[in-house]
Amino acid sequence: MSDIIKIVIGGILVNNYIMSQFLGICPFLGVSKKSGTAFGMGMAVTFVMTIASFFTWMIEHFILIPLKIEFMQTIAFILVIASLVQIVELVLKKLSRALYQALGVYLPLITTNCAVLGVAILNSTSGYSLFQSVLNGFSSALGFTLSIVLFAFIRERLAANNMPKWMDGFPGALIAAGLMSLAFLGFSGLI
Amino acid sequence: MMTILYATLILGGLGLLFGLLLTLANKVFFVPSDPKRDAIRECLPGANCGGCGFAGCDALADAIVAEKAPISACPVGGAGVANQIAEIMGIEALPDSVKNVATVVCQGTLDRCKSKFVYHGIHDCVAASLVNDGNRSCKYACLGLGTCVSVCKFGAITIDEHSKIAKVDPEKCQSCGACVKACPKGVLSLQPVTVPVRLLCRAAEEGFLVSDNCKIGCIGCELCATACKFDAITIQNHLPVLDMNKCVGCMMCAETCPTGAIWADFDHRKIAEIDRDLCVGCTICKKTCKFEAISGELKQIHEVNEACTGCGECAKKCPKKAIKLDVRKHVRDANAKVGTTIVEHAVPKN
Repeated sequence: MSDIIKIVIGGILVNNYIMSQFLGICPFLGVSKKSGTAFGMGMAVTFVMTIASFFTWMIEHFILIPLKIEFMQTIAFILVIASLVQIVELVLKKLSRALYQALGVYLPLITTNCAVLGVAILNSTSGYSLFQSVLNGFSSALGFTLSIVLFAFIRERLAANNMPKWMDGFPGALIAAGLMSLAFLGFSGLI
Repeated sequence: MMTILYATLILGGLGLLFGLLLTLANKVFFVPSDPKRDAIRECLPGANCGGCGFAGCDALADAIVAEKAPISACPVGGAGVANQIAEIMGIEALPDSVKNVATVVCQGTLDRCKSKFVYHGIHDCVAASLVNDGNRSCKYACLGLGTCVSVCKFGAITIDEHSKIAKVDPEKCQSCGACVKACPKGVLSLQPVTVPVRLLCRAAEEGFLVSDNCKIGCIGCELCATACKFDAITIQNHLPVLDMNKCVGCMMCAETCPTGAIWADFDHRKIAEIDRDLCVGCTICKKTCKFEAISGELKQIHEVNEACTGCGECAKKCPKKAIKLDVRKHVRDANAKVGTTIVEHAVPKN
């Protein structure tokens, strides 16, 4: 039980993917101008990370380890994640129009995102079981969602303010991201 | 050896498997896209300039199909594209909207508008405008460093090396408005192509300040407002405001302007011509004319002299429809009052 809590709290707060591991910075800066789209991106990442954790664990434990070709891990994972996301996108487009419109536009953006690949590789180096892997993927993605949505709120406030021209846009956003990362540093040592 | 073989085989196999799965999924879960949307996308220019306010041509096509954007939403395509889209959507095309063109609202070339200092910084107007409002003595002047040139996707803007001022090619301009947003001085604005007169100065200051800085700036003398006989000009903030709904194109404002801050399309200035067969000598045109340009006695054929400004008021009033407006062949003679210069003796253009 303590195991589960450790993974969940660790994923969301302490080892937050963006704020303390600096993975997935691209969507974090790219899709955080509006809180609505940021939340959509967060949900898409949650979806992809969770299923990616499941499938990469399967590939790792049923194909790579038995054949002793763990060194092919990175390539195999990229292949699996990219095609998986594409297939899921196609299925969503057909079966659930509403879900596709909510997540669809973000899915191609994160097919080969480092946060998604990162969770798969970290699961394998931490030696997690299948359940722990999926749980870690899910909670890390929730952490991603938390920080991207919070950051979007900050950027909306920044955009509404009268910033000097040299600070407007990305410079201000990057400084805000740095300060936010410092704040998240406060969670270290929680577990 | 076996390891390499395994690695190759497994990864190759996985790739093949996923490839097949994707193909299969694409077949099984195929969703036909709206043919209307694709047809509209074909019509759009495809420059993805964002002038319409959507993320690109694809996003605009989606919005038009969903009827969230008007068929004329593309400023670049203009009336032509709007008509094509109207055909696809099966609705009536809107009346032809007037094409806009980016206009440089400044004539402060180097010989007219002085330089305050020699600028040796980054070759960009935004950077230059941070240094004491730019190096031109007039703070409203075009800096001529070409920020607008770099944002124009259609190559419509050039900077004249000699005069250091932006120049828009109205043929190439697609009125996307990118330059208007980019210009730190706000010198560029979108204006209809066909207007007869334009104020080409933004110097909203006292006249003596403007005339110190620039030879061609508007000094706010209000002569144009007095000269305009159609009440189309009001003075606001030391600058004339031209009401294009009232303007009839007589170009008297540009003619009286002592500095030349008002530009007029003098090449296409009109003159009234009375059809001698239709004129019955009712004197209505003579009474209507605000420029004493028509002479003639009752029941005799009337004549137009070179004082005509081409405002067209007489043509509107003529009960016999005997008056037509034509592009004039001579420079207007302001002194040609009734009974003086006749058309044949006037000075030809150029």
